[in-house]
Amino acid sequence: MSTYSNEHKEYLKEIKKNKILVLFFQVFIVISFIIIWEVTSRLDLINSFLTSSPTKVFNTLISLIKAHNLFNHIYITTKEVLISFGLASILGFIIASLFWFNKTIAKIFDPYLTVLNSLPKVALGPLIIIWIGANTNSIIFMALMISLFITIINIYSGFTNVDNYYITLLKTLNATRIQIFTKLIVPSNKKNIINCLKVNISMSLIGVIMGELLVSKEGLGYLIMYGSQVFNINLVITAVVLLAILSYIMYSIISYIEKRMVKN
Amino acid sequence: MSTNYPILKIKNLKKNYHDLDGEVKAIDNITLDINSKEWISIVGPSGCGKTSLLSILANLEKPSNGNIIYQNDDIKVGYMLQKDALFPWKTIYENCLIGLEINHSLNDNNKKRVLDLLNTYGLSDFINKYPSSLSGGMRQRVALIRTLATNPDILLLDEPFSALDYQTRLILADDIYSIIKKEGKTVILVTHDLAEAISLSDRVVVLSKRPAVIKNIYDIKLTNKSTPSQNRKVKEFYDYYDKIWKDLDVHL
Repeated sequence: MSTYSNEHKEYLKEIKKNKILVLFFQVFIVISFIIIWEVTSRLDLINSFLTSSPTKVFNTLISLIKAHNLFNHIYITTKEVLISFGLASILGFIIASLFWFNKTIAKIFDPYLTVLNSLPKVALGPLIIIWIGANTNSIIFMALMISLFITIINIYSGFTNVDNYYITLLKTLNATRIQIFTKLIVPSNKKNIINCLKVNISMSLIGVIMGELLVSKEGLGYLIMYGSQVFNINLVITAVVLLAILSYIMYSIISYIEKRMVKN
Repeated sequence: MSTNYPILKIKNLKKNYHDLDGEVKAIDNITLDINSKEWISIVGPSGCGKTSLLSILANLEKPSNGNIIYQNDDIKVGYMLQKDALFPWKTIYENCLIGLEINHSLNDNNKKRVLDLLNTYGLSDFINKYPSSLSGGMRQRVALIRTLATNPDILLLDEPFSALDYQTRLILADDIYSIIKKEGKTVILVTHDLAEAISLSDRVVVLSKRPAVIKNIYDIKLTNKSTPSQNRKVKEFYDYYDKIWKDLDVHL
């Protein structure tokens, strides 16, 4: 390591300070939320039968782990999310690429994409179950319906937004259309594609939970639905907390990949 | 000229553009022979079809009529665009290799040639830097080396200096002139800067307003021809300038 000037050390210190500040407040907000929640419910300022409390959530969590195979529920939901996320990302990329290679196909499907994307998927839930059956496939199909079209639209719009000037340059070097795609369109869209993945992971999670609310016998969505049917608010809130943690972990993984991949 | 057969013959070239509003005649019957290692500049009023001509020579567009005949099938054409179009996610070195990558001719020999070009022309410190850390003049120099990397015989330059400030332009014109002369290339330069055209060229071709035809061709004969910036100081320079200015017939 080379030695830095004092000014540069000062600059690095400033950046570090800001990082710590952000992290501090992020943790502070969570902790104070939990404390206020706990205290107000113990002092009966809020009705903990309706709002639950951190201790109750924790106890529910323990009993779920002991008696009700909690990790299986988490595993099922995670698996479904990852399958629909993978399918939506890969299919979305392939279809968007197809559109880029053939603008006529893109033009033909443009209105259909918009319509399919804006259809209310929850309303289609019963139909999906009738068509596909009350099983995991229905859940994944539901998640795909929610995440696929928006993925196609976003990736394709990134592809078409590449500066024409770069394309002209590659043409002057006698590049084929495939070369333009692999050497320019994809690398210049790295950031955009990763952003699409970020949106996609939340979309898949939402889709899977929606699917589980409708059909499943396992998964966090099932716990929420079951909990609300038997009016067990503790169970509902515990499942929601677990969902929040799950989505945060998935988001962090994608952010990590982003940091590794996008340098410029 | 050593070879009596021109490196490039443009014969009865015509170009029309079509869109839903109708048809525009851009180029109307241009015939021109270009000799090996010659530096030709094409000037003309803006929108007269200069860039169209280069695009056709670079095979980006098809002519509506006429022929482009090269001396032989091995003649390669390189096109240097007005803006540098360096890929921001590639280093300077990687940017210069893009043409070789596309032609599938990326071998150790060619890689070394590109490195030599970068080193010879003052970019050795920036080989592994990204384009964002370079000044406009340097980026344009990289763009030239990227064009030279595929070893073209004819260079098409489309206003390569126009995006730069005046001082950088003068210096870079000297630079690029000496690079290209050293590498022994034939050049077709499109510009709207008459002083640039006269100081750099062996011949200046003046095009008319659209649809473009050749209005005049000037053999530039300067006493003590040296670097482009020095060429601007001789007496004949001003004579040519006046004549071409009159040819252009510019009105506001």
